[in-house]
Amino acid sequence: MTDYDVVVVGAGPAGSIAAKTAAEKGLDVLLIEKRQEIGVPVRCAEGVSREGLEKFVNPDSKWIASEIENAEIISPSNHKVVLSAENAGNEVGYVLERKIFDRYLARLASKAGADVLTKTSAVSFKRENGTVKLGIRSMGEFSEITAKIVIGADGVESRVAKWAGIDTTLKLNEIESCVQYLMTNIEFDDDTTYFWVGRKYAPGGYIWLFPKGKDAANVGIGVMPSLAEKSAKWYLDRFVEEHFPEGEIVEVVVGGVPVKGAIDTAVADNVMLAGDAARHTDPITGGGIINAMSAGHHAAIAAYEAIKAKDYSKETLKRYDEKWKSDFGESLVRNKKLQEKMMRLDDPTLDRLAKSLEGMPIEEMSVRRLAFELFKKHPRLLWDLREFIV
Amino acid sequence: MKKLIVNRYRCGYCGACVAVCKFNANELVETYLEIYEDKCTLCQACVRTCPMNALEVVE
Repeated sequence: MTDYDVVVVGAGPAGSIAAKTAAEKGLDVLLIEKRQEIGVPVRCAEGVSREGLEKFVNPDSKWIASEIENAEIISPSNHKVVLSAENAGNEVGYVLERKIFDRYLARLASKAGADVLTKTSAVSFKRENGTVKLGIRSMGEFSEITAKIVIGADGVESRVAKWAGIDTTLKLNEIESCVQYLMTNIEFDDDTTYFWVGRKYAPGGYIWLFPKGKDAANVGIGVMPSLAEKSAKWYLDRFVEEHFPEGEIVEVVVGGVPVKGAIDTAVADNVMLAGDAARHTDPITGGGIINAMSAGHHAAIAAYEAIKAKDYSKETLKRYDEKWKSDFGESLVRNKKLQEKMMRLDDPTLDRLAKSLEGMPIEEMSVRRLAFELFKKHPRLLWDLREFIV
Repeated sequence: MKKLIVNRYRCGYCGACVAVCKFNANELVETYLEIYEDKCTLCQACVRTCPMNALEVVE
């Protein structure tokens, strides 16, 4: 029978930063990860914004695969819009090596004083006398631990959310179904990310290419199940056959990316959710790493304050909701609206939009800037979104 | 008797099917997808979501 102030479920970016921050605050912290190896299987396209990342860690060549200067957006009829990183605010500045990055973050958590257990799942949850009895199965052995606070950073398939009574079930228009191949023998500029948009390529999503060094790139797709007639893999295979017939696939990555926008609340008595579990992923880009790390940090601070006050109720933990909402909640809401709008545009319209920005220098790689440039050219088309853009 | 089955040779154990299940009829245990037939309503949300086309309802 062990007692912890905080048990963090899931050792991805949200969980490891939460555990690290809580341990630095002097709390007794346990970080558990159901997989035997942290960071694999990867379920990610691995792009992050430079500034976002540098808020938390010093970039290290051990886990940075590429540095990105340009983003090229390609419409169904091959019109190209190029965004380049002259200014701040870039959405993808680095492509990470998540297998290494995630382990690095977990080690930071353990260095800060958190206990870490891998091949350890949370299997049961009950509230008792104001705390939580959490059943865990560690390397096949069941035990029960008591935690004042549980941080659910357990990914898209979060169990903690369900136990806590926070309904985060995704509808078929709130998830991107994704497959990605790590490919060699293909042509690309190694400082550029590529995005193919349009129903022709990916109904309700897009196809991406993110360089990983000079010789290989993540080529992946996200499609929305409510719109797609076939599986994500089918659309990706068709694209790869057409664009990279000589390419070799050396790794396969699969994932579901939440694109729900902001949930009402990520807290319940004794529980906070962070990262994919809290649907903190950006609905347009599908990027979730920086929001996850930010959320983990906010959750740990809220846990520290709650433990100091000896009050782990939903009411107290609501501070965490306020924190993540004021940090990035607004952009989740904005980008969900924008995504819904984008999905209604047919391919000829996307072509028209891309053509109008073709050859124009846009010196910032961000959705917001892109939306702003489009709005200037086509105010009527995007008029109902002006409050989110201007 | 219809039931939901997973083709383990196709499954990429990503958890997308768990995220869309309203009935808690599935769970990702490390890399093994468990399906709880007693809870499954055959609504097929997971079938439509699976990136790898690894799920199907069979007689």
